[in-house]
Amino acid sequence: MEILGESLSQAWGLILHFDPYLGQVVGLSLAVSGLALVVSTALGVPLGSFLGLYHFPGRRLSIALIYTGMGFPPIVVGLFVYLLLSRAGPLTFLSWLFTPQAMVIAQVLIASPLVTGFTMAAVKGVSPRLHDQLVSLGATRWQATWAILKEARLGVLVAIVAGLGGIISEVGAVMLVGGNIEGSTRVLTTAILLETRRGAFDVALALGLILLALTFLINVALLRLQGRTLD
Amino acid sequence: MAETVYLLEGVVKAYNGREICHIEHLEVRSGEIFGLMGPSGAGKTTLLRLLNFLEPPTSGTIHFLNFSSNGHAAPPLELRRRVTMVFQEPMLFSATVEANVAYGLRLRQRSIKPGQLREALERVGLTSLAKAQAATLSGGEKQRVALARALLIQPSVLLLDEPTANLDPYNVALIEESIATINREMGATIVLVTHNVFQAQRLSQRVGLLLDGRVVEVGDVQQVFTQPKDPRTAAFIRGDMIY
Repeated sequence: MEILGESLSQAWGLILHFDPYLGQVVGLSLAVSGLALVVSTALGVPLGSFLGLYHFPGRRLSIALIYTGMGFPPIVVGLFVYLLLSRAGPLTFLSWLFTPQAMVIAQVLIASPLVTGFTMAAVKGVSPRLHDQLVSLGATRWQATWAILKEARLGVLVAIVAGLGGIISEVGAVMLVGGNIEGSTRVLTTAILLETRRGAFDVALALGLILLALTFLINVALLRLQGRTLD
Repeated sequence: MAETVYLLEGVVKAYNGREICHIEHLEVRSGEIFGLMGPSGAGKTTLLRLLNFLEPPTSGTIHFLNFSSNGHAAPPLELRRRVTMVFQEPMLFSATVEANVAYGLRLRQRSIKPGQLREALERVGLTSLAKAQAATLSGGEKQRVALARALLIQPSVLLLDEPTANLDPYNVALIEESIATINREMGATIVLVTHNVFQAQRLSQRVGLLLDGRVVEVGDVQQVFTQPKDPRTAAFIRGDMIY
């Protein structure tokens, strides 16, 4: 308990004095996970809407693949991206292994199925009678899809938050493809792991507190974007 | 002789091989209120869905104005937008009453002229609830919002699916008055589906009876109610065939 109290007090000091090391790690975490979330949202929301609203040959298989992706272990995703980008892999010419780009790819692969699957569930949760009503009022396919997405906005928000939750606190994949290189690919989760191993509990705890605060603030911001309050 | 808006020829709608609707011949004329009566499960809603092109017929042809729907072909958007439907259970957005009413016009990217929205709300007696959230309305008020939304887009054809089912007498009177006004002042052709024979008699110029997916009889309201040709029509009007 004494170590915890001491570490907490030192962590608070590091945050208040805005340690440059902390700033660099936090900045990269936000950049990598933020970009991955934007890409996953751009892919997952339209795909989830399409799967939720329209019937086509192969839909069941597509849904099964998305559900599988939602439960995919991040470390396996990391391994897959590692093999793609490694010297023996087909994408070696990109030279992205142990770079933030590799980390973004891994996080996109982790978050996209989550955003897609939850968006699909949200859209399917809207009454099919609304679709008929929209078509009856003269909506085109795009107008109907957009209106249903707006109606399912809270569910879509949950999808995006789930995507964020899946990547901001993820450690295995980013460690594997990023390599945890200081000043280059070190993010909050990999830094926490390293500092704990080094016995620098104050820094690890400070990073942990920042990670918690960031997750909370991003969720609040997303909720406010949707025009909803927390109550 | 009024122009024909809809002409159905040999139209069949089946689900999983089960025939729900089989219309040999049915005509809806421009500017009329056509009352389609029938008990629950007679295929009235399915027929309205076909008229609204929400689903294609299994076989047969639907002629709508200058368009003929054969098989899965749906009319072009411009033509489809000349017909709209008010459902038995109206679906409203999680938004204000006025946002819901304006939705059809927004879809058409038409600007709302000053007073247009107020006039639509006035017609259905909802002016005071313009800023209210749709979710807080009663069933009758929701139905009136759906009606205002439909009439704001000034459709050539308005399809009404049991618009007063389960409503109190006050809302029934308001909605019936609005239907008559829309037909009289806007010249909209109205197909009114109802199991209420008195409502069909009050509002329609022509009526038809649908039983087991087939048209039993069609004629002027006076003729059908005073001298029905088919004994099943007579029984339905007497109230012997409500099931």
